[in-house]
Amino acid sequence: MSAVRDSATPSKLASRIILVVVAVVFAVPILSMVEFTLRAGIDGGHDLGHWAAILDPENSRKYRVLFQGIGNSVVLAAVTVLIVVVLLLPTMILVKLRFPKLQRVLEFVCIIPITVPAIVLVVGLAPVYSVVARLLGSAPWTLAFAYGITVLPYAYRAIAANLQSVDVGTLAEAARTLGAGWGTVLVRVLLPNLRRGVLTASVISVAVVLGEYTIASLLGRNTLQTSLVQVSKSDPFVAVAFALLALAFAFVLLFIIGRVGSIRRIRETP
Amino acid sequence: MNTRRMTALAIVALAATALTACSAGADTGAGSDVDAKQATSAEDFGGMDALVEAAKAEGQLNVIALPDTWANYGKIISAFEDKYDITVNSADPDVSSAEEITAAKNQQGQDTAPDVFDLGSAVALDNLDQFAPYQVANWDDIPEGSKEKTGLWVYDYTGLVSIGYDADAVPAPKSLDDLLGSEFAGKVALNGDPTQAGAAAAGVYLAALQSGGSADDIQPGVDFFQKLNQAGNFLPLDPTPATIASGETPVVIDWSYNNLAAATENEGQRNWKTTVLPGSAVGSYYNQAINVDAPHPAAARLWQEFIFSPEAQNLYLAAGAYPSTLAAMVEADTVDQKALDAVGEMPADLVQFTPEQTEQATSLLAEKWAAAIS
Amino acid sequence: MSASATRRSEAGSAHAGPAVSLPPTDASDASAAPAEARPRRRPRWALLGLTPFALYTLLFLAVPTFLALATGFFDGDGAFTLDNLTALAEPAVLGAFASSFWVSAVTAVAGAVIGALVCYALLAVRPDGLIRTFVDAASSVLAQFGGVMLAFAFIATIGIQGLVTVFLKDRLGVDLFADGVWLYQVPGLLLPYLYFQVPLMVITFMPAMEGLKRTWSEANATLGGTRSTYWTRIAMPILAPSFLGSLLLLFANAFSSYATAAALISQGAQIVPLQIRGALISETVLGRENLAGSLAIGMIVVMVVMMTAYSALQARTERWQR
Repeated sequence: MSAVRDSATPSKLASRIILVVVAVVFAVPILSMVEFTLRAGIDGGHDLGHWAAILDPENSRKYRVLFQGIGNSVVLAAVTVLIVVVLLLPTMILVKLRFPKLQRVLEFVCIIPITVPAIVLVVGLAPVYSVVARLLGSAPWTLAFAYGITVLPYAYRAIAANLQSVDVGTLAEAARTLGAGWGTVLVRVLLPNLRRGVLTASVISVAVVLGEYTIASLLGRNTLQTSLVQVSKSDPFVAVAFALLALAFAFVLLFIIGRVGSIRRIRETP
Repeated sequence: MNTRRMTALAIVALAATALTACSAGADTGAGSDVDAKQATSAEDFGGMDALVEAAKAEGQLNVIALPDTWANYGKIISAFEDKYDITVNSADPDVSSAEEITAAKNQQGQDTAPDVFDLGSAVALDNLDQFAPYQVANWDDIPEGSKEKTGLWVYDYTGLVSIGYDADAVPAPKSLDDLLGSEFAGKVALNGDPTQAGAAAAGVYLAALQSGGSADDIQPGVDFFQKLNQAGNFLPLDPTPATIASGETPVVIDWSYNNLAAATENEGQRNWKTTVLPGSAVGSYYNQAINVDAPHPAAARLWQEFIFSPEAQNLYLAAGAYPSTLAAMVEADTVDQKALDAVGEMPADLVQFTPEQTEQATSLLAEKWAAAIS
Repeated sequence: MSASATRRSEAGSAHAGPAVSLPPTDASDASAAPAEARPRRRPRWALLGLTPFALYTLLFLAVPTFLALATGFFDGDGAFTLDNLTALAEPAVLGAFASSFWVSAVTAVAGAVIGALVCYALLAVRPDGLIRTFVDAASSVLAQFGGVMLAFAFIATIGIQGLVTVFLKDRLGVDLFADGVWLYQVPGLLLPYLYFQVPLMVITFMPAMEGLKRTWSEANATLGGTRSTYWTRIAMPILAPSFLGSLLLLFANAFSSYATAAALISQGAQIVPLQIRGALISETVLGRENLAGSLAIGMIVVMVVMMTAYSALQARTERWQR
């Protein structure tokens, strides 16, 4: 590596300044929320009283809906990621391998969900869901079908960025030549190469699912966000505390997945 | 060969799905559910005990738009759960009356659909075909004008429009014009937009009545808020427990039961007081109704019975809301006297808008409100 | 990437060779030569592979969108009418569209610029390092942070009793709200929207920044160019399509954002999503639900135009990234 810093990279100082300024500005609202949850009472001062109330068994009825919502959201996130990996990913690979002309169409389809606001989509989703409810019941996990759509733009973008740099055509051909069936090609040859994109897509999907409110609320399902609103009506401090916890949980999860992804990459780079 | 097999498999799968769908459709509606859906009183079940049995068999009740701190619904729901061992699923506490109906329509046939409604009168009168008629055991305790004759909708409680305020942040308002003073700069909030929310509309009606208007002419109310806005005192933020606790909305014009609840919730955080202005008072009864497509029809009817029983009606009173059976309870001495003393007698000059007056008022609001507060 | 292009053409010529039975790489082959049994079978099987996804998007995207838009053409009694569409020309509605445009444009541009700066700064950081992972994770989480909680975070920060407001007033004597409370009007949406726009920009624009090849900056240095010539003459033109594409994505994101605005602005319906809310949930002014459908049609028309432009720009970007 040459000692001369190349003109494409900013100086470490400039980089640090920008990142620190942006980080501080973005941290302030979060800190305000934390300060709010630490307020002790009318006489001022701060303590951990509201955080302790979360663990108080007396409040278990009030927070029952919150814990249910969290459980449902976790299940929803898992099913949505499943939809992305099992439905979107093979389709994208298939289109890239077999139908390159359809790539524009696929991209357009995957971008439409951002153009349709959720409040509008729900008006049309309701009749579809009444059919789904008859087939599969109205358990909260069925909401994942709608979430899979909401997540499409972000997941598509993440996987596509990866797909561009991996030559799936040659890899697939090579594997087929060596006698692999399509299943093996997909799972053992292509998927490991697309790990970064799939991970990013999963991570973004989890973030979207944990943060989605409108569709769940208008279809009457209990998720993390709807239960937060519910609890905030009776106890705003705990609601804000839980919102912070949800953010922290999502962040830690994504951070870990990101580290696992980078560590693997460090190992694999010669 | 592969293609043919795939197509065959697909057809079989589709057929199986279609059959399941049909059979699932046929299953619902069989058995004792039919009786519950048609029952118009406890007698149809064979007496109160049979109703309780049928409801317990269903085991669940879906309610909607009932925040815990609205007219003591938190306590009412707990009392119902404990008394009958039925789980109450309380969804969407934030939504308006119109959204309750939309939710019922959106989720028709699903077991998450709301079983019962608590609606403003305008929405209730507009959606009569969504309700099932039912007459509770103490039907006669409810005054004549407070119920639809077959029990499609029944008044359950009303409050008075009140001003809740943080006693440490502002002086106690003694009249409406006090709110125009400089101590209230950027501090006065309405509970919602009057063109959307009944509680906020009632706030405008109060302003009208206190400013020389009447139930037939609410223009003075709109004018008052215009003045309030021009003085810089009007805060266009939706007051929530969070904003009251954080001090962002120090003055809130809302139903008395909501402001009283805010005081209890914020004990130790804010010195929240409630005052009802002297002179004309505005009230508006909410309506209890049963969803005609209720997924738990027996539980829904049991809830109705519970709501009009003295136990629940006294809980309304304890929150500062006047229950519809108040007069009958006072006569039968089943009323919670302490609560009644704390809240005060229902004012003699309580004004409740008739449907025609409401319609006139809301069209005026639709026309004039946005311009007045912009 | 030139290397893979060569590989692709090699693969193409290998296709012409005898030994390997390679699948046709061009969909047009599917319609060719009905006489040959084998090439005809494979594409058909492959098409079947597209059906699950097609069915899924049909059922959960196409049908709901169509149904939602269709309500705009009917009135409350189910009769076909164009009244809802003509209602779009009402001054209040047009004003709402204008406000939505303004807010979305401002937050998109500001978010894009700030986000691009952050991406630029990230170039100096190791791509496998902790800082990078931290920023990635934080951006993903904050890009989805919205609605009631985001609104409350800002109320708690720069509301009338907010932490920062009080601090500025007490310590520095600066009154943020001297001219009236703007946080709860349309201008007050700018800061909360930026809070999720900037992370979204970082997520979508970083791959483009990373795609800037070292060879280009080395070539620039070799030919005697400075840092500014590199950025103004090489990098920015290359990044421009992707930057504009991300900008459009941010615009679309802000335009359809509803939950945050609903939590901050309680009075009136100054932007289009709030108009939709008013039409759908009002319990005092009834009977306007179908207006929501036509408002949605208006929004979707705007979005489709934006997205078509975006797709075109994306197509240009990809040319550089291969």
